[in-house]
Amino acid sequence: MSIRLDGVGLTHANGYQALQQIDLSIVSGERVAIIGPSGAGKTSLLRLLGTGLMPSAGQLQLLGEQPATLRGRALRRLRARIGLIHQSPPLPPRQRVVTAVLAGRLGQWSLLRALVSLCYPLDAAGARAALEPLDLEDKLFTRCDQLSGGQLQRVGIARVLYQQADLLLADEPVSAMDPVLAEHTLGLLSQLAERRKLTLVASLHAVDLALRHFPRVIGLRDGRVLFDLPAAEVSQTHLAQLYVNDSLTGHTPPLPSAESAQAEQAPRRCT
Amino acid sequence: MKRHIEALFWLTLVGAALVWSFNWLQLDLVRLLRQDSLQQMGSYAGSFFPPDTSPTWLRQIFKGALETLAISAIGTLLAALAGAALSLLAAGRLGMLAKDMSRLLLNALRSVPELVWAALMVLAAGLGPFAGTLALALHTTGVLGRLFAEALENTPPGPALALRQAGAGPVAAFCYGTLPGVLTQWLSYTLYRWENNIRMAAVLGFVGAGGLGQMLYFTLSLFQQSRAASVILAMLVLVLLVDALSAWLRNRLG
Amino acid sequence: MHLSRAKADPRDPAALPRLLLTVLAIVLLWPGLVLTEFKPATLVESRNLDVFARFLAGFWPPDLSSDFLRLLGRATLETLAMATAGLALALLLAVPLSLLCSRALSVSALLTGRPAWLADMLRYPARLLLILLRSIPEIVWALLFVRAVGLGPTAGVLAIAITYSGMLGKVYAEIYESVDQRPARALLQAGSSRLAAFCYGILPTAAQELTSYTLYRWECAVRASVIMGFVGAGGLGQMIDLSIRMFAGGEVVTILLTFLLLVLAADQLSSLLRRRLA
Repeated sequence: MSIRLDGVGLTHANGYQALQQIDLSIVSGERVAIIGPSGAGKTSLLRLLGTGLMPSAGQLQLLGEQPATLRGRALRRLRARIGLIHQSPPLPPRQRVVTAVLAGRLGQWSLLRALVSLCYPLDAAGARAALEPLDLEDKLFTRCDQLSGGQLQRVGIARVLYQQADLLLADEPVSAMDPVLAEHTLGLLSQLAERRKLTLVASLHAVDLALRHFPRVIGLRDGRVLFDLPAAEVSQTHLAQLYVNDSLTGHTPPLPSAESAQAEQAPRRCT
Repeated sequence: MKRHIEALFWLTLVGAALVWSFNWLQLDLVRLLRQDSLQQMGSYAGSFFPPDTSPTWLRQIFKGALETLAISAIGTLLAALAGAALSLLAAGRLGMLAKDMSRLLLNALRSVPELVWAALMVLAAGLGPFAGTLALALHTTGVLGRLFAEALENTPPGPALALRQAGAGPVAAFCYGTLPGVLTQWLSYTLYRWENNIRMAAVLGFVGAGGLGQMLYFTLSLFQQSRAASVILAMLVLVLLVDALSAWLRNRLG
Repeated sequence: MHLSRAKADPRDPAALPRLLLTVLAIVLLWPGLVLTEFKPATLVESRNLDVFARFLAGFWPPDLSSDFLRLLGRATLETLAMATAGLALALLLAVPLSLLCSRALSVSALLTGRPAWLADMLRYPARLLLILLRSIPEIVWALLFVRAVGLGPTAGVLAIAITYSGMLGKVYAEIYESVDQRPARALLQAGSSRLAAFCYGILPTAAQELTSYTLYRWECAVRASVIMGFVGAGGLGQMIDLSIRMFAGGEVVTILLTFLLLVLAADQLSSLLRRRLA
């Protein structure tokens, strides 16, 4: 088992209960999409899986460890095996792409090596190799504030690739991209995950993207798992249940046709 | 209407303070403008011209100028390093107690004027440029430490947090995540402070801390006005040079 | 066979400049340390340590005798008066100079947006004078004036007046040029005198910033007045100089504390006035 949640609940510091009674198990190498309406708890779940938050109830097992029992060195080692892809990459504007990518392995380097690499990048070739599959290797020495939003997001992915994490967690990784780029990037992520046998868990707003690129889809609503199915078995009823919003007139997104992947059509979003 | 009355009240108070000041000091400015005292000042001022430009004196001035430049540069450098270290505490990165104590220390350091520090350092380290360097370093640490801390507090914590999430240690996360954001500002503050410190370094010599200041003090005490004039000119040139250099560097940074 | 050219290590364009900068820094650092006679060991040399330790030991208890406190009170008032009077005199010189060299009142700029070069040339002497006045540290002026008019606060007042007129003049001119120029331009175009254009066009909008800066400078002047006492211009500075020379640690401590309180109070007063007046 790569990830296992048993009856996990999460209550934030302000008393808001984000997750309740979550039972999940994800095997190493699986690719899973998490979908659901706003406020369903997708981000909280991902933060939990990334050891950013600790469960308030139940048990969490990550990559063979129990994060709740780890401290210091051991926690850092576990975190170095988990790669987070953020919606808006937290990259310092004046930093160069090469340093930003190399920062991925800070969890594995000694402090001395990290400091030297700051002044003179010791593994520029490795950084370039991480940028190649994302078509960014010519931006190796550019500053981050000279890149577009989509390029920055790809640098964030390159950093996680360089990190050589075993588990990839992506929180809305393509929500800021245009449909063509989003399709391309998700395809790339899935390819890379499959090729390197990495576990990939991504939260997505766009249902059609989720169903197209991920073999397994989990529907989250009000902090609970509504359904946990292979993508082919997700039906219109499931989606209707997931996205029903009593305060709005019903409009659920239709299931995309089998030959879709038409990038001209903007993905329909649930209201 | 109320605002105007209030403003008028404060202005009257300020005016009263002005009048009292002149009175208290018994400044007899009129006496200054009397014929014989003007003549005295005039002849004193005249004795400064022409400034002494003999090669031996110029060589000494050059050495003094280099010494003053070094005092200001090394002092500012030390202050930048110490200020950076203290700013980490003062920005609250290592707990509330450390934050309060370091802020207190920084305030104390910068409240004491450089000249007072210099007088104290002369006692601790003897006469000469070392005392001046230490004095500048101590005072400027207080100033820079606080400015650096403010810059740290205004910098987004996101990048460093993300790196900690990926397993980086606190030092590495700081260097890769926070430092790139604040470094330009820190350098800019340091350069700006250098402009102030070159002026201070010039005068610290008055209490024996070396450089052009010490030369000026001696020449004036020995009534060698023309030599003093060339020292003052050298101070001017030095100040203008450092101002220009600092402004150019800050432009390149920005 | 794989062409290895594309896979060669990428050259970092920033590597050479960084290396050169590091070398430059080291090359400059060494003489710097030598010139400043940087020997931290002297701090813990037994002779110096002895002297300083005895001095520090004398810090406690602070001298609080009534005679001393009376002297202290006088010196504090003297320092405050020096700063205020000096700043007032500085204003007398700064205002006309700033008006002279500000481009905000340029008539020739009405046509083209920039002053005619001849008019600009005439402004330069005023600017040069301002630069000169503030580039020489005030304590140098104080030293000169002490020699010219004798010991005491007069020298300090004059020194502050001269240096601060330079600082105030420059910043005032910049403030005039940074506020909305249109009211003044309109008045000048309608043929009013420059002074009227200033009073009605620029002063109202600039008043707040001007007051704020002046009050900030007053606060600086208080600190400067203390320092000038070191060269004989009276006030707290002269007292602390004497006490240090006499190794009277207790007095030094009291004076230092007074000075810190004074600076703090001046800071607060200045902020208060800035809020109320500006």
